[in-house]
Amino acid sequence: MTREAAVNAVILLLLVAVPGWALYADEPFTITLATRAVIFALAAVGLNIALGLGGLVSLGHAVYFGLGGYAMGVLASHAQNYTPLMEWPFVIEGTKSMPVIWLTAIVVSAIAALLIGLLALRTSGVYFIMITLAFGQMIYFFAISWPAYGGEDGLSIYVRNGFPGLNTLVPIQFYGLCLALLLIVLLFSALLARSPFGLALNAARQVPHRVETVGLDPVRLKLVALVISGAITGLAGALFADLNRFVSPTMLSWQMSGEIMVFVIIGGVARLFGPVAGAVIFVLLEHLLGGISEYWQVFLGIVLLLIVLSGKGGVIGMLAGRGRAHD
Amino acid sequence: MTDAILSTHGITKSFGALKASDDITLDLRPGEIHAVIGPNGAGKSTLIGQISGSLAPDAGTVRFLGQDVTRETVRARAQRGLGRTFQISALAMEDTVLQNALLGALGASGRPWRFFGSALRNRPLRDRAEAALDRVGLGDVASVRTAELSHGQRRLLEVAVALTLDPKAFVMDEPMAGLGSEGSKQLTGFLDSLRTEAPILLVEHDMDAVFALADRISVLVYGRVIATGTVDEIRADPAVREAYLGDAA
Repeated sequence: MTREAAVNAVILLLLVAVPGWALYADEPFTITLATRAVIFALAAVGLNIALGLGGLVSLGHAVYFGLGGYAMGVLASHAQNYTPLMEWPFVIEGTKSMPVIWLTAIVVSAIAALLIGLLALRTSGVYFIMITLAFGQMIYFFAISWPAYGGEDGLSIYVRNGFPGLNTLVPIQFYGLCLALLLIVLLFSALLARSPFGLALNAARQVPHRVETVGLDPVRLKLVALVISGAITGLAGALFADLNRFVSPTMLSWQMSGEIMVFVIIGGVARLFGPVAGAVIFVLLEHLLGGISEYWQVFLGIVLLLIVLSGKGGVIGMLAGRGRAHD
Repeated sequence: MTDAILSTHGITKSFGALKASDDITLDLRPGEIHAVIGPNGAGKSTLIGQISGSLAPDAGTVRFLGQDVTRETVRARAQRGLGRTFQISALAMEDTVLQNALLGALGASGRPWRFFGSALRNRPLRDRAEAALDRVGLGDVASVRTAELSHGQRRLLEVAVALTLDPKAFVMDEPMAGLGSEGSKQLTGFLDSLRTEAPILLVEHDMDAVFALADRISVLVYGRVIATGTVDEIRADPAVREAYLGDAA
């Protein structure tokens, strides 16, 4: 077992043991915090596919996070008000079923990523960052000014959505569901990185002109990576909205995009468990330092600074050493 | 002319007032190494760009295997079997040597949309990649990170990646650049044996290599081909001697 694998195993163990302890000690708030961390981790695992593998610095991942949130909010609000989403040309009812909501969130985010990617991938570097940011702001202001789903005030859902066979209102059950999804996506992410597609994407990040001369299309590779990435972050958004039973334009804001990126950078760009470590550390700091000072993000800034200055690789990089080309 | 694998017909390319390619017509025939030489700024890179597809000519056509490919992308030409190597190594430095070769094999397979299953454990891809590495003598360093290779080894890996495509023609942009005399000799020997497999359009500064390898040489000066001929003809050509070769001949 490599050192990185050992570090990953410890993180995994903590994700099981801490909420387990919290259940035993009857500390439901800790379970809620852990759920928050796991959902953020999921969002960041999504970003890491675009950022770590594809080298796409997307400062607009809140779009997918927020669209996932609104997919949940819109479907569930129609279900709780007993009004159909659409009556013509065919009737679409709202739903309180998580699997349906997740699928909707994934599809909607994937389509958004496809459209944004088609335009943004015509550029690179700073321009790519700016275009993804601009799309984020467009959708953010659209959500604020569209009154049908709460506008600026957001949308409250009274009862958490259901999953067959589980009582999602019990914190540990909802946590288990989120953790299971995170593990599935981590597995997918690990497989993706080793797959032929991952190999080509990895090369498209480093030497796009080489990828072209072997007959592959680097832009299309990156576009597919962005779609997969957006879909995963969208799924996380649906879960986040369900955790809070609330969705608002804040989920679409560029601060949210920045936070998702911070998770990845703290943990380690292109490291499988980097986003997980980053999200856990962020939620811990938010909770611990947030209790001390309203201005806790100053300390977050210092932590981020130290990590970035210490060289690439984030926390996983510090603990596990320099990354190796996987073989 | 009819049996040319790759040819350009009167291609012209200007950058502002500068004519980087001025009515260039040349061809690459089966089994030959056709070297393009010329002083710095003669337009060699511009020519290669237009042949490989990264630059579009203002006028003229590029034909490959009997087809007009002038408007085709780099990717489309690669898929037709145009194997290109770069002057400055274009390799994924973070990846291993084998991974770089696998990229070529994956391109040759034309099926990059495989999201599951390990690329490294894919037999057909791996066999093709390893065969190419063995041919250039990099089989022993397959698992080494590319950044750790010597300059000469990187040049060989460039050629190996092109080999994985089983090209119908090679376009090589200064493959000897930066090689010591030993490395240069080794690569010269290898390219010599490669021409029977697919002809090579060789843009090269290393005159020893060019004179040792080339069946024909075209001399490019200020965007124009001032002479095309065999090694002896080019050595003897007074215009070439004046414009370029000087003492080197």
